[in-house]
Amino acid sequence: MASHLKKTLPVKEWQITIIDQEKTHYYQPGFLFLPFDIYKSKQVKKSIKKFIPKGVNLLREKIDRIDKDNDQIHLDNGASIDYDILIIATGTKIAPQEIEGMLGDHWHQSVFDFYTFEGARNLRNKLRKWEGGKLVVHISEMPIKCPVAPLEFAFLADSFFINKGMRDKVEITFVTPMSGAFTKPQATKELSYLLDQKNIAIVPDFNIEKVDAANNKIIDYGGAEVDYDLLVTVPTNMGDEMIERSGIGDELNFVPTDKATLQTKIKDNIFAIGDATNLPASKAGSVAHFEAEILTENITRYINGQELKKEFDGHANCFIETGHGKALLIDFNYTHEPVKGTFPFPGIGPLSLLKESHMNHMGKLAFRWIYWNMLIKGRHIPFVSATMTKAGKEFEKEPA
Amino acid sequence: MNKTFADVVVDVNEEGYLTDFSQWTKEIASEMADEEGIELTDEHWNVLAYLQDQYKNETALSIRKIGKSGIVSIKEFYTLFPNGPLKIASKLAGIPKPKSCI
Repeated sequence: MASHLKKTLPVKEWQITIIDQEKTHYYQPGFLFLPFDIYKSKQVKKSIKKFIPKGVNLLREKIDRIDKDNDQIHLDNGASIDYDILIIATGTKIAPQEIEGMLGDHWHQSVFDFYTFEGARNLRNKLRKWEGGKLVVHISEMPIKCPVAPLEFAFLADSFFINKGMRDKVEITFVTPMSGAFTKPQATKELSYLLDQKNIAIVPDFNIEKVDAANNKIIDYGGAEVDYDLLVTVPTNMGDEMIERSGIGDELNFVPTDKATLQTKIKDNIFAIGDATNLPASKAGSVAHFEAEILTENITRYINGQELKKEFDGHANCFIETGHGKALLIDFNYTHEPVKGTFPFPGIGPLSLLKESHMNHMGKLAFRWIYWNMLIKGRHIPFVSATMTKAGKEFEKEPA
Repeated sequence: MNKTFADVVVDVNEEGYLTDFSQWTKEIASEMADEEGIELTDEHWNVLAYLQDQYKNETALSIRKIGKSGIVSIKEFYTLFPNGPLKIASKLAGIPKPKSCI
């Protein structure tokens, strides 16, 4: 956003400041590859200073709370920052403490996350020596960021163990609170074969109540139990605690935001982008990228006293690794589920939608370069529009 | 596709969920509940009303949210709608079951 706005707003009239307590910026999609030694640690992190546009202030401080009534941010160090316009981009993070028994001596010993750098790296170290048993890949509750990552993890694990010659020593089970691995009709039709093909069992409708680490099992509210030797879980995802301290979030600390304009429902001069919102869109990097283009337009309109454009359609574009050097691509929005087709050029591709291909996998790997060199720098990706395009897609029927 | 509940024909998907919320009536919910082996009490209706309210506000539903709603606790929710309560209660409320991006 800072990059976009630096190019758009009159330099003499607007000062842009980024407040971020972190020194390191992570390429989070890389956390999926780190446990399997597909990426190295240094490929998924860089210093945040590399990406701050010239003329933009970086304040590396922890925020205590947002004081919306006085248009101020109170920092942990006692200082206060005034603002005219605020954009909340504080994201989503895992909160393993929300599930009884998830944390403890067993955390990062037999129970791992891969949604943090430390989790992914520690899991890598575990997998390097693990001799096999029951691997349970688990989602605690929705929403989570990158909703497809747990399935990708299960697919990549299948390939990983095959390549190591030990697949017969590993039982992979996918446990989810959803009613299936896939919940949309086209995806269910086109992709269900993957679980059978890769010999991945599924336990759906599992709402975890607690982890019984002493007995190596997870237990749901209905009393169902799943045993594990190695549990790779996506804990509850929540917005930053600062949102709760500020009194502006819902029960998961997500900020109520207009789904089409990206203006929050908290106050007119507060906007939000990405995982921090309560939008009914996926919490995915591509969504934040598409939102950024529309939000930039709306910040400009707000400043000029014009009506905001109700333009954001929930567009998301995500690769899904399926193992053995292949991946799928899905492209969808609030009203259109992922369907088959070609992207970005109708009929030509080169990427295929809702279908495995090696080209898609190359796309996913290339994406790391695109992220560090284009997305973070606020550069538009050619031929990929912020709102979803229907061209090149095979719709059975138009949704009502 | 169609299904008939209490002499009324409604549109449903392959899993029996209403595809048009405006077609929902209490009689339909009662018949669906019969099929699931559930007898609807006031407590059931309170939960269904809550779910429908959230749906109208485009708020995503989750077990956590329902547990914090003040309408029921999670354990109570499981007792009222055994075996996949959110899935079943959504169906009886005439709303889609929770979905992910795929």
